[in-house]
Amino acid sequence: MTQISGEELNRNRAVDLALKVYVVLAYAFVFAPIAASFVFSFNSDRFPSIPLGEFSLEWYQAVASDPLVWQGLTNTLVIGVIVGVVSTVLGFGAAYTDYRYHFMGKQVYLALALLPPTIPVIILGLAMLAYLSRIDLSGRAISVIISHVVVCAPFAMAIIRLRLSQMDPSLEPAAWNLGASEWATMRHVIIPFTKPAIFGALFITMAVSFDEFAVAWFVSGLNETLPVKVLGFLQGQVSPRINAIGTFVFVISMTLVILAQILLSGRSAPTVEKE
Amino acid sequence: MPRRVSLYSLTFSLPLLIWQLLFFVFPLVFLVALSFWTVKNFAMRPDFDGVNWVTMYGRAVFWQAYGTTFALAASAAILTSVLAFPCSYAIAFKLSESARRWAIFLMVIPFFTSYLVRVYSWQIFLSDRGIINVVLGWVGLGPFGMLNTVGATMVGYMTLAFPLVVLLQLFSLVFIDRSLIEAAHNMRCGRLRTVFEVVIPSARVGLTIAALFCFILTFGDFVSPVYLGGGDPTTLSILITDTTKSGQQWPRAAVIALTMIATLLVVAFVTVRFAYKGRSK
Repeated sequence: MTQISGEELNRNRAVDLALKVYVVLAYAFVFAPIAASFVFSFNSDRFPSIPLGEFSLEWYQAVASDPLVWQGLTNTLVIGVIVGVVSTVLGFGAAYTDYRYHFMGKQVYLALALLPPTIPVIILGLAMLAYLSRIDLSGRAISVIISHVVVCAPFAMAIIRLRLSQMDPSLEPAAWNLGASEWATMRHVIIPFTKPAIFGALFITMAVSFDEFAVAWFVSGLNETLPVKVLGFLQGQVSPRINAIGTFVFVISMTLVILAQILLSGRSAPTVEKE
Repeated sequence: MPRRVSLYSLTFSLPLLIWQLLFFVFPLVFLVALSFWTVKNFAMRPDFDGVNWVTMYGRAVFWQAYGTTFALAASAAILTSVLAFPCSYAIAFKLSESARRWAIFLMVIPFFTSYLVRVYSWQIFLSDRGIINVVLGWVGLGPFGMLNTVGATMVGYMTLAFPLVVLLQLFSLVFIDRSLIEAAHNMRCGRLRTVFEVVIPSARVGLTIAALFCFILTFGDFVSPVYLGGGDPTTLSILITDTTKSGQQWPRAAVIALTMIATLLVVAFVTVRFAYKGRSK
């Protein structure tokens, strides 16, 4: 920009400053509930507010001594790991299919692969409940796994597809020309190249499954996952136990996300091509 | 080019296709069939009877809930878009490269925190003796009844959608050709006018899609209207959970769900048409 008068410059600075303050306020809005839940999970009061009560671990103790919470946690973890693995395998297949093949009806294939997260969870939950109970698969851990994979596989696909698009398209044909079979090329070229994204997808889908409560609420029956348990607490009387569980789950999810982030960005420079 | 269908290609393409057919398409199709079933003595029977549609569409409660839900979701989409825009704009144009990366990273974090926990946390802020009322009390104001209001529902909706809207807006703003903005400035186009006549039109697709996602998310959400709005006014999502969880009226719930899907499809279609209007390339 050229030739700006002093007055105008001052005005620009003021506008810039106001915009930056606005950004800070927006982030405060986004993080206020997260921070509050963390702070109040250590607060002794039964009805959380300010001024703060004493520092206390009683809500963590209350949660830890509740066998239903432990059961919910076990369910969540087992379901989350299985969902992560299955979604990543399915997502990888779909991403590779999209990367390599052109075929009739590809648009439909991609729509099926990517649409599920845009359907409101409450509708998906109802549809799943009705359908799965029809084929005798509702009210079990497997029902949650089935429905979560439907929602999570698209995320895995998107993450792995992104990585594949960074691959030199001549890499695969080069391996074939050198006499490698398709399977060998997959094993020695494609999978090593996409490995960071594969693990990234694994962790992200696990994290999504850990937090999903609506579909799980509909189909889980007595096999409640932890988020469904939280929904139960929310329906009952207000309890700071939610904060303790929330903080705990937050730490797990963030660990997974940060692991994924490190894997996805840490090795963004292609290192695998050189044999 | 490899066009033949081989064992190799099927190994990768089929699993997802089969899974989504079995557990995504079939359940939704089944929902259509279910809406024509009948319920007698608390037991569902396969049938082909339009009675559920007639019953639900004949109820004033249903149409009230429909109007409420639509109005709430539309307001949330507009409000969130308007409030998010200055934030996305500042992140895109006023922050340094590294600050922008941090801002994006921070905006992603909420996706991995429990929405339920955040809504509960808002109860701590908004309740009668909650944080906000205590702070207002220090300066001699209030207390105001903020929980169980439409405003509280909006706060919940924004908790759900704000980060996504900012990220989507941001991705459309960072791809705007900067020379366009400089050209506008050089031609003595004022700041605000540049925003409205250059920036917003260039980012129209992304901005509209962001608002659409906000609409979709809030249209189907039942957590905020129940736990922040107090369940009043009733939304379609509340109607679905009530109908499903209490009693065996799944066919009626299916009618509501299908009406919601149809609405979302129409809204999405119209919105996307608007977003790409006049952009034939």
